[in-house]
Amino acid sequence: MTISFLLLAAITITGTAAAMSLKNAVHCILALTLGMVGLAALYLQLGAEFVGLTQILVYVGAVAILAVFAIMMTRSRTSETAAGSDPSRFSGLVTALLLFTVLAVAICTGISSQTLGGTPPEATVHAVGVALMQRFILPLEIIGVLLTAALIGAGMLAIEEKGEGR
Amino acid sequence: MLGEGIIKGLAETARNFFGSYVNKERLTTVQYPEERLPRIEATRDFPFLVYDGDDWEKGLRCVACQICEKECPPKCIYIEKSKDKKPDAVGKPQNYPAKFDIDVSVCMSCQICVEVCPFDAIKMDVQFELSSDDRFGGLLLTKDKLAKSNEYYHEIHPTEAAGVDAALAEDREKEKEKQRLAAAAAAAAAAAKAAAAAAAPPTTVAATKDGAGSGGAAKEEAK
Amino acid sequence: MPEMIDQIFVRLMHWIIGYVPTSLQPLCSAILSAVAILVVFATIFAIITVLERKGLGRMQNRYGPNRAGPWGLLQPAADGIKSLTKEDIVPHSSDQLVHLMAPILIVITSFLVYAVVPVGKNMVMADLNAGVLFFFAVGSMVELSVFMAGWSSRSKYSLLGAMRAIAQMISYEIPLVLSGVVAIMAAGSLSTVTIVNMQAGYTGIWPHWYLFTPWGITGYILFMIGATAESNRCPFDMPEGESEIIAGYFIEYSGFKFALFFVAEYLGMLATSAMAITLFLGGWAAPFSFLTWIPSWFWFFAKLLLMMMVFIWIRGTLPRLRMDQLMNFGWKFMLPLSLINLFAAGLWHFLPSGPTRWSVDSLLLLLSCFLLSRGLRRNKWFQERTYRFAS
Repeated sequence: MTISFLLLAAITITGTAAAMSLKNAVHCILALTLGMVGLAALYLQLGAEFVGLTQILVYVGAVAILAVFAIMMTRSRTSETAAGSDPSRFSGLVTALLLFTVLAVAICTGISSQTLGGTPPEATVHAVGVALMQRFILPLEIIGVLLTAALIGAGMLAIEEKGEGR
Repeated sequence: MLGEGIIKGLAETARNFFGSYVNKERLTTVQYPEERLPRIEATRDFPFLVYDGDDWEKGLRCVACQICEKECPPKCIYIEKSKDKKPDAVGKPQNYPAKFDIDVSVCMSCQICVEVCPFDAIKMDVQFELSSDDRFGGLLLTKDKLAKSNEYYHEIHPTEAAGVDAALAEDREKEKEKQRLAAAAAAAAAAAKAAAAAAAPPTTVAATKDGAGSGGAAKEEAK
Repeated sequence: MPEMIDQIFVRLMHWIIGYVPTSLQPLCSAILSAVAILVVFATIFAIITVLERKGLGRMQNRYGPNRAGPWGLLQPAADGIKSLTKEDIVPHSSDQLVHLMAPILIVITSFLVYAVVPVGKNMVMADLNAGVLFFFAVGSMVELSVFMAGWSSRSKYSLLGAMRAIAQMISYEIPLVLSGVVAIMAAGSLSTVTIVNMQAGYTGIWPHWYLFTPWGITGYILFMIGATAESNRCPFDMPEGESEIIAGYFIEYSGFKFALFFVAEYLGMLATSAMAITLFLGGWAAPFSFLTWIPSWFWFFAKLLLMMMVFIWIRGTLPRLRMDQLMNFGWKFMLPLSLINLFAAGLWHFLPSGPTRWSVDSLLLLLSCFLLSRGLRRNKWFQERTYRFAS
């Protein structure tokens, strides 16, 4: 519980909370990005360079930009939607509480019961690469195939039919 | 081959780059405050007032007729007529501008004032370096700043000035001729009256009055 | 003696840090490095601006700026004073906070990437395990600030500029990263310091730069094209095309905020050039073995200036691309070629060294380059233009 951890946690929580409560969709995305950056900084603080930097690369560099691009492509009026109505808010609250309970129980019973012995494994880029290419090669390949299929599908959807769209 | 055109273009710009250091002919820029291009004679920008002789106040051709003030499209000329009269180049008493201001920040250099002036008193200048740090007064040219000698006019527009001078000289010659004729006629009339008066002394007062009146009429005609 | 001059800045820093209590030493070292980076690269930015304007002028047979100071060398100072003293105008309907944050964020990210660039032997601010990844991750945050600037200004021009900029940056980031990956593959590390150290050896007088391999030169050219597009430079400067959308995403900025965008653009260009030098041109390594007595930092900055010259030269030569040309080039040429280049780099690793792998790799790359360029050309023929109302 160092000062930097508290600071980063505060940034992350503020960002994600603002992402839920702000009215303007673009502000929500920017706040979410702040939360993502805070999370990445937490990873970096824990010494997981690869995960932290990938977090920034993927979530800030790609996901946030994608969301932002979708907003720019669509009409501006839709970007100013009001927060959800009361029933959805209630169900959302229930889901969040349930999820929190599950996570809290898992963390409290899981980690604290078994003490981490010895030195923590070093999550260097090299170690991650070796794990991906040897132990987890099959899941990696399957994900690759899935993403390729998604890419081709998106391309097919986007292609104009011949004869149309002059 | 992909990129062939790019290499050609790069070679061209490289040739320009090194060529501009070797060959001064390539650089067409004129380094303005130090170097200047020769002025073209027909250049014009803002009007000025021409005066004859050495004393600008005495020699100003302008008679404050205010035609230019009325014709000026953006209304940048302001003239105040004088109350008294001064003799002009030929010695005739004329009005003169008590105030003659041109706001060159308003002036659009159309030259209409020059074209309408019947006295060739206003002409176009070539002075363009008028920038000033005084936003209001700096660009409002008063009579003393506007007055420039005929010699200066000759210097900036030689051909045009020669034509104007010739025409003016002709006009003035005619004017003087007429004045002389009128004066002679008046003198003759006065002499005749004087002779008549000598013949009939009691009517002297009336006769001189008549003489003066006829002289005035002759002058009126000459005008 | 050469060793002494080479390490002079490193020793200077150690000497200064020696006066600070031990607990504060890491902090002090970080601050010193950050200040050095700020000062050095801001100065280089100033030099580049005046060089660019003079160079472009000469390419167009003009003098370029020559009034401020001797030969116009004080021009950057004059520009700086001008932009500092200008009025800062914020559009009334703009999103004030986002509008303010965008230039700050873009400058911070532009400076942040220099943390992993080794500018000399033992001269790197942070030798991260995943240095190259850090570079690309932080570099991708520029896109977000571009969007913030374009969107928050509430101007159609700026939004158009931001859309163009983001579309272009996303499209060219992929070939940029993929073409950089070959160097990572060859070095077997993501750390910039290790990559440079791998290239610092010599065979005879020739250096072991990755540039001098078939995949290296292809990767380098692809990387430089990608870097040009990433930094919105000519001929990929559609996001700020003056003749169409005036200044693009930063049109509604004035005064010093405008200058910050300007700074960020040049710093981005310098940063990608520095990364290209690190990945392919041997970083601070001297070009010949008999020139190693010249300090390493000199070589780095000489290479950086040389790269800037090339950027300026290209800007003075090429006209702006059209959007469809840009996208076609990015997706149909750059991306496939960088993937083939990855394959070629892999082949290079497994083939026996000697002329075999040279010829196989070169043939593969030349052939694919030729075929891909034919593919680009095939789509060039447009339909005959028909006029509905005039004819």
